[in-house]
Amino acid sequence: MYREYLIGLSYIAASILFIFGLKMLSSPHRARRGNLVSAVGMLLAVIATLSYQGMSFGWILAGLMIGGLFGAISAVKVPMTSMPEFVGLYNGFGGIASLLVGWAEYHAFWHDSWGQELVPLGRFTGVSIYLAILIGGVTFSGSMVAFGKLAEMISGRPILYKGQHIVSGFVLVAVAALGVVFVLFPHLHVIYAVVLVGIVLSLILGVLVTIPIGGADMPVAICLLNSYSGLAACAAGFVISNTVLIVAGSLVGASGIILTIIMCKAMNRSIANVLFGGFGATAGVQSSGVLGEAKPITAADAYFVLEGASSVVFVPGYGMAVAQAQHVVRELGEILEKNGAEVKYAIHPVAGRMPGHMNVLLAEANVPYEQLVEMDAINPIIETMDVAIVIGANDVVNPAAREDEKSPIYGMPIINVDKARTVFVLKRSMASGFAGIENPLFFKENTRMLFGDAKVSIQALVAQFKET
Amino acid sequence: MSTAIILLGISAGVVAAAAGTSTLSLTILLVFTFVLAIFLGFELISKVPSQLHTPLMSGSNAISGITIVGSLLATGLERGGPVVTVLGVIAVAVATVNVVGGYLVTDRMLAMFKSKPGKGKQ
Repeated sequence: MYREYLIGLSYIAASILFIFGLKMLSSPHRARRGNLVSAVGMLLAVIATLSYQGMSFGWILAGLMIGGLFGAISAVKVPMTSMPEFVGLYNGFGGIASLLVGWAEYHAFWHDSWGQELVPLGRFTGVSIYLAILIGGVTFSGSMVAFGKLAEMISGRPILYKGQHIVSGFVLVAVAALGVVFVLFPHLHVIYAVVLVGIVLSLILGVLVTIPIGGADMPVAICLLNSYSGLAACAAGFVISNTVLIVAGSLVGASGIILTIIMCKAMNRSIANVLFGGFGATAGVQSSGVLGEAKPITAADAYFVLEGASSVVFVPGYGMAVAQAQHVVRELGEILEKNGAEVKYAIHPVAGRMPGHMNVLLAEANVPYEQLVEMDAINPIIETMDVAIVIGANDVVNPAAREDEKSPIYGMPIINVDKARTVFVLKRSMASGFAGIENPLFFKENTRMLFGDAKVSIQALVAQFKET
Repeated sequence: MSTAIILLGISAGVVAAAAGTSTLSLTILLVFTFVLAIFLGFELISKVPSQLHTPLMSGSNAISGITIVGSLLATGLERGGPVVTVLGVIAVAVATVNVVGGYLVTDRMLAMFKSKPGKGKQ
């Protein structure tokens, strides 16, 4: 009796620790401790669960050790640039765990009444089991597709085919219909087949809804899948009537939804447009004709401009991650500071492949977080900046979003680098960005193109400074 | 506001599903917890600055590994025969990857967020 009481109290304490952990994430200098607080909450929840009467530990230890080992090794080894795909991967694992919990609960119920009339499963429990399986399955297979796209194991381009919405819609309806059958007739033994088909269909559904989403829209997909993994845990909590699962799952569910909304707003698109739009698959939708000629510049000439600049803002994008250029960028930033310039790093909310991706990379390169500024903070003062250096970013600095009503990205908030006195764009070639949209920035009067690999170009600039 | 209406709708549906069963009051309590936690989540997360969004995602992702509690119960209580044990062990293993990997990776990221060292500019 006392034991159950203590376990219940521990769950409440664990929930409080999760809440405090998330609360501490709101400031950079307390965030790391916040994460630790949250981890202690998790440890407490696990210990409390293990102290239930009649638990046997053999299999549990095996599972904990295998999972712990794989989790720890992968977490220590993953490079910072691969963070988006690994968050996706872990997320998928959480989803499949919820699916398995739902399945195991159903099997235990089915097994215990084998050979006799099944005791009717409560309708509420039935709904919860089915939701845990459905959301868990979608989270798992969706996250695996996202992982594959981000790790470039499969093409990052949206995969579209004729009748896509019809196929996805049909699977969705089938999953829902099976769910209704499952909840209404839980006492039939054949209903196990419905559960198994439901598992398969939910996995298929996860793949179907993720493949049409392009690489640059992955931040939204990852946020949404993050939310699903929380809701799946929530459903699993309803299955076993466990409040700590419900509280923790809801917190994650809410977090994912908020991030999804922030990302969509930053692209001026609706969630539906991101999920079903297949943005970027239709390359070559040009709105304006001849844009003029881009003016290339050499590292030596760029050096002279930078040498005399008193304020410089770097605008990084996914290209910086690809080129692994964050360390040389920081080196150049420090040299410019020593040279008397004020240096900032302006970060667009959807730059990179997950929310806050650029912040993590620059933090890895030891850029102090005070120098990282958000889009809304840099835009009002961008006219006063002598030089803006765009590194591997394209759509998030495309002035067409502001000026060209026919552009597919019209209305998307951008960093107005074209208003800085001089703009350097570091780019491999004149190829258009992910969305296949021409960028008028490259042809502006104050823009100079520094062609080549971003890392090599910046190294060349650093070398120029060091020579003198 | 729309969130509140949606949540109320969901709650009404769930409670209606459980109506007439002996677990009704428990159901209402669980749904109540769920709704309040969602609102709390919105309040907490909207205060996180955008520069911490990646660690927020991986940290909250680790919290979603809480489903490990369900996995442990499925495995350890030894009911439902070997199939449940097998499903449970796999669930424990993958949930542990989610929890351990998620927290460690978040810690690694947050350790890199440093303030300006001593001197400071101007």
